[in-house]
Amino acid sequence: MKIKLFSYNVIDTPIHRLSGLTKLACFLLLTFAVMFSYDIRFILFVMLFSFIILKVSKIKFSQIKLMIIYVLIFLITNAILTFLFEPEYGVSIYGTRHEVLRIFGRYNLTQEQLLYQTTKVLKYASVIPLGIIFLLTTNPSEFAASLNGVGIPYKVAYAVSLTLRYFPDIQRDYQNISQAQQARGLEMSKKAKFGSRFKNALLIIIPLIFSTLDRIESISNAMDLRGFGKLKKRTWYSKKKIETGDYVAIGLSVLIFAMSILISIFINGSRFFNPFI
Amino acid sequence: MKKYFEVSTKTIVAIGLGAAIFMLLFMFVKVPSPVPETSFQTAYGLSALFATLFGPIAGGLIAFIGHALSDAIQYGSPWWSWVIASGVAGFIFGFAYKNTKVDEGEFKGKDILRFNIIQVIGNVIAWLIVAPLLDIIIYAEPVNLVFTQGAIAALMNSISAGVIGTLLLLAYAATRTKKGSLTKK
Amino acid sequence: MRQKPIIEFIDYSFQYFSQAEPTLEDINLKIYPGEKILIVGPSGSGKSTLGHCINGLIPFAYEGEIKGTLKIKDLIAKEQDIFLLSKIVGTVLQDSDGQFVGLTVGEDIAFALENDNVNIHKMHDTVRKVAEMVDMDKLLKSSPFELSGGQKQRTSLAGVMVDDVDVLLFDEPLANLDPATGKTAIEIIDDIHKRTNKTVLIIEHRLEDVLHRDVDRIIVIADGRIIADMTPDELVSSSILFENGIREPLYITALKYAGINVHKDMHPSHLDTLKMDTVIQPLTSWYKRIEKPQKQDEKPNILKVENLTFSYDGKRNILDDVTFDIYEGDMISIVGKNGAGKSTLAKVLCGFENQDLGNIYYYSENIKDKSIKERAEIIGLVMQNPNQMISKSLIYDEIALGLRLRNVPEEEIKERVEKVLEVCGLSPFIDWPISALSYGQKKRVTIASILVLEPKIIILDEPTAGQDYHHYTEIMKFLEKINKMGVTIIMITHDMHLMLEYTPRAIVLLDGKVIADTKASIVLTDTDLVSKANLKETSLYYLAEKAKIEDGTLFVQRFIDYEKGVRETNED
Ligand SMILES: Nc1ncnc2c1ncn2[C@@H]1O[C@H](COP(=O)(O)OP(=O)(O)OP(=O)(O)O)[C@@H](O)[C@H]1O
Ligand SMILES: Nc1ncnc2c1ncn2[C@@H]1O[C@H](COP(=O)(O)OP(=O)(O)OP(=O)(O)O)[C@@H](O)[C@H]1O
Ligand SMILES: [Mg+2]
Ligand SMILES: [Mg+2]
Repeated sequence: MKIKLFSYNVIDTPIHRLSGLTKLACFLLLTFAVMFSYDIRFILFVMLFSFIILKVSKIKFSQIKLMIIYVLIFLITNAILTFLFEPEYGVSIYGTRHEVLRIFGRYNLTQEQLLYQTTKVLKYASVIPLGIIFLLTTNPSEFAASLNGVGIPYKVAYAVSLTLRYFPDIQRDYQNISQAQQARGLEMSKKAKFGSRFKNALLIIIPLIFSTLDRIESISNAMDLRGFGKLKKRTWYSKKKIETGDYVAIGLSVLIFAMSILISIFINGSRFFNPFI
Repeated sequence: MKKYFEVSTKTIVAIGLGAAIFMLLFMFVKVPSPVPETSFQTAYGLSALFATLFGPIAGGLIAFIGHALSDAIQYGSPWWSWVIASGVAGFIFGFAYKNTKVDEGEFKGKDILRFNIIQVIGNVIAWLIVAPLLDIIIYAEPVNLVFTQGAIAALMNSISAGVIGTLLLLAYAATRTKKGSLTKK
Repeated sequence: MRQKPIIEFIDYSFQYFSQAEPTLEDINLKIYPGEKILIVGPSGSGKSTLGHCINGLIPFAYEGEIKGTLKIKDLIAKEQDIFLLSKIVGTVLQDSDGQFVGLTVGEDIAFALENDNVNIHKMHDTVRKVAEMVDMDKLLKSSPFELSGGQKQRTSLAGVMVDDVDVLLFDEPLANLDPATGKTAIEIIDDIHKRTNKTVLIIEHRLEDVLHRDVDRIIVIADGRIIADMTPDELVSSSILFENGIREPLYITALKYAGINVHKDMHPSHLDTLKMDTVIQPLTSWYKRIEKPQKQDEKPNILKVENLTFSYDGKRNILDDVTFDIYEGDMISIVGKNGAGKSTLAKVLCGFENQDLGNIYYYSENIKDKSIKERAEIIGLVMQNPNQMISKSLIYDEIALGLRLRNVPEEEIKERVEKVLEVCGLSPFIDWPISALSYGQKKRVTIASILVLEPKIIILDEPTAGQDYHHYTEIMKFLEKINKMGVTIIMITHDMHLMLEYTPRAIVLLDGKVIADTKASIVLTDTDLVSKANLKETSLYYLAEKAKIEDGTLFVQRFIDYEKGVRETNED
């Protein structure tokens, strides 16, 4: 269960050079653009775009293999469930019915359902590379500053920074506590009965939480003593300067975001692209 | 007196570290349920405890940040509808903050009942209303599906928050006994 | 006459909201600009509370009742907010992981400036300048897990210096540092004091270590009152330290054993200044009088560690070809600098991690394939932080936990737990919630919870860190007792006194290798070894040198033997 928070690696690509604030803004704009649209052509376009960026930022497949497996499992389960629950959902969205395959009872495959489900899978899938790019090319130090930059109150942004700072410590504590409890005879494997699993989990969680509560007190004292929360604003040591590249990136993202809205309003007349009428 | 929405440095630190534990539990400490392919998230017991100790803002943000970061690590991107629902649940758990005196060592029959009522209300609102609605609005998921999923989530999470949360609060209250009344020998 | 005091307590008392009695009472104290002051006292006497009053955490973060006046730079402290006070008083807290809130060194140093909304260019400049002062300018991008304890401490120091405060307050700056790093920390503090002429207040249990560099005054607090305020020379020659359970410098103890009347005119606060004329003769004759204890018989080998090699990541070996033997009934120390691999060794021995190469034998049985749980019956590990081990709220349940998990019948559990409680001196607290215990008592609960499983060997990771001398002695006496009952004890420690006084043998680790395995008295007098492994030579050795005693190592060994004799007579 060793997980590195962001496996951020220091290499020099145009994407790495962008400020964290820019990357966060672009990530949000593009994510909302694909979330809003149900136009498969637009979604394919964004997907292609994000794969190019993935290439540019020199992210290796090995870095993201695990994520891709998780996502695939999710997408397949979701696709099966959707079909089981609402085989006619596409028909009700697009208002026409072109049957492809008769299975049995109410389970018939239609072109409309196929389009709806394919669009949905692509829509989910296209968000993933965007998130991956953001996570793997942003220096964690810059993360809090960026959150503050897009309008999140700085205290909340700092809380996120504390999460990143103390997650490895807490992970190590957890490991220590769990080993110590095992040495006293705690059964951690699947052999334990259901009722005792709740209890066993508690034997580890309780010391973890209580030692953390002590820590909260000493950290908050340390922060008070160094003037945290004194002013309405604060600056950030690791904030990067905004440069030309940043303007270009934001401009591009705003453009794509606008496209998503404009296509819906003027071309499709709704969030859905309907080729059936 | 305690105010629901006051944010002190201690609240901020509690949010930061609480979210870190939330992430750890959310990703690694799930108790498998007897129903195959489902599990109880101990993390919701944690957000219930922190919400009761530090208020709704802390409860909400711990679950929101913790869930968003865990999703990002595992899937590459947060699943916004469920992340927001987690936050809403944590926020509502926080209404137990003013109503229990657990930090003075009191957590008995009535307090337990009150905490659990609040906790169930929070889970129902989050998983039976917020999550499905957002799923429909953001992702245009089928109505039937999302409400069924929501009902299961509401049930499972009420059980985790109820069992783990109550036990944690009891343990916490026990550490609080006698303090204040303690005199030096 | 001197200038006006920068800090002035007048008839000051403080009572915590939840306490029945005041924690500080009738404090009258003046501290002048540029002074360097050490504050000592038993654990729980109110030292940190005094610090909290000065830096503003009282009343900002802790509620309570204040009586009397505290003036800081002529301002009434309780009327100021903590932010204003933080510009005058910079505090370095004990817990360096708690104080280090940034993701990197640079960010952490900049923290106060960020909160002041300082412009980013100016901030980077200031950070660089201050980092240079504490020699951290090359590590600005490092994260806390890549730093040693001493480097974290330097970062904390830089973090308060960015504000150009008038007063620097250190609350136990030496806890958890290895001896050499602790020494460096005291030197850095002293250099900054000399260079900037700031007022420096140090709260610390390790008196001898702080006195490595001069201080102007020492203030002794006991039970919330100031009971002494004098120069170091006066204090170490008085009986105040002894009466209040504060450890005096070891060389002073030796002088007293030799029957020398230590007087302030001898300048005893520091070995370099100590006048030797009246010392040499009685000391030498005392040294010659001490008898050697009888030789002990050979004992069988209980644990044999052979060529142990281990790495967490498959790249860097944390343990590298470690070989040693432990004999039945041993009480030994494992020492070495921060990050040398001591805790890792303990984990591998207990099966928490599996070695990559090498073997561990218990008597003649190879325990490679035993699970954590099975090994726990042979080797028990008491972790450094008791809070990481305690999971129940009642003492009885906590100690019984291991037995219950092993399905031992309840009557037998009762019998065994009660026996252990008796041995550990915890019987009076049998019904207490663990939260009502002090740190030292909690530590004993965790030892008891391991002891009840009746392991043959116990490993203790830093058993005495952060404890005052009184509790330290209590824990060590107790460990000696169970050792006499036949339990083999291995201690991981940074405390050179502990190693010297209680463990005849020591194993020294450096970068995962055993670089020495010999008598404690030899380890602490071997200059080369001491500097390699970040240890610190004992002052006894220098005392011997100053007294022109030829064999310093033998002098140290005889001191240990004598001390042991004193302890044994005290016990009876
Ligand atoms: N927040 C608090 N609320 C109530 N009582 C407290 C609080 N903090 C400390 N005390 C009590 O005040 C007394 C003095 O504590 P303080 O921390 O000042 O001791 P100390 O001299 O610094 O000890 P140590 O050497 O162990 O750090 C103790 O009896 C402690 O229990
Ligand atoms: N769980 C872990 N995973 C990876 N590396 C680790 C782990 N625990 C320790 N290390 C690394 O192993 C090395 C040795 O650590 P260890 O804790 O054994 O040192 P130590 O001698 O006990 O130090 P200290 O005196 O500071 O306690 C360090 O460099 C540390 O960073
Ligand atoms: Mg203290
Ligand atoms: Mg260690």
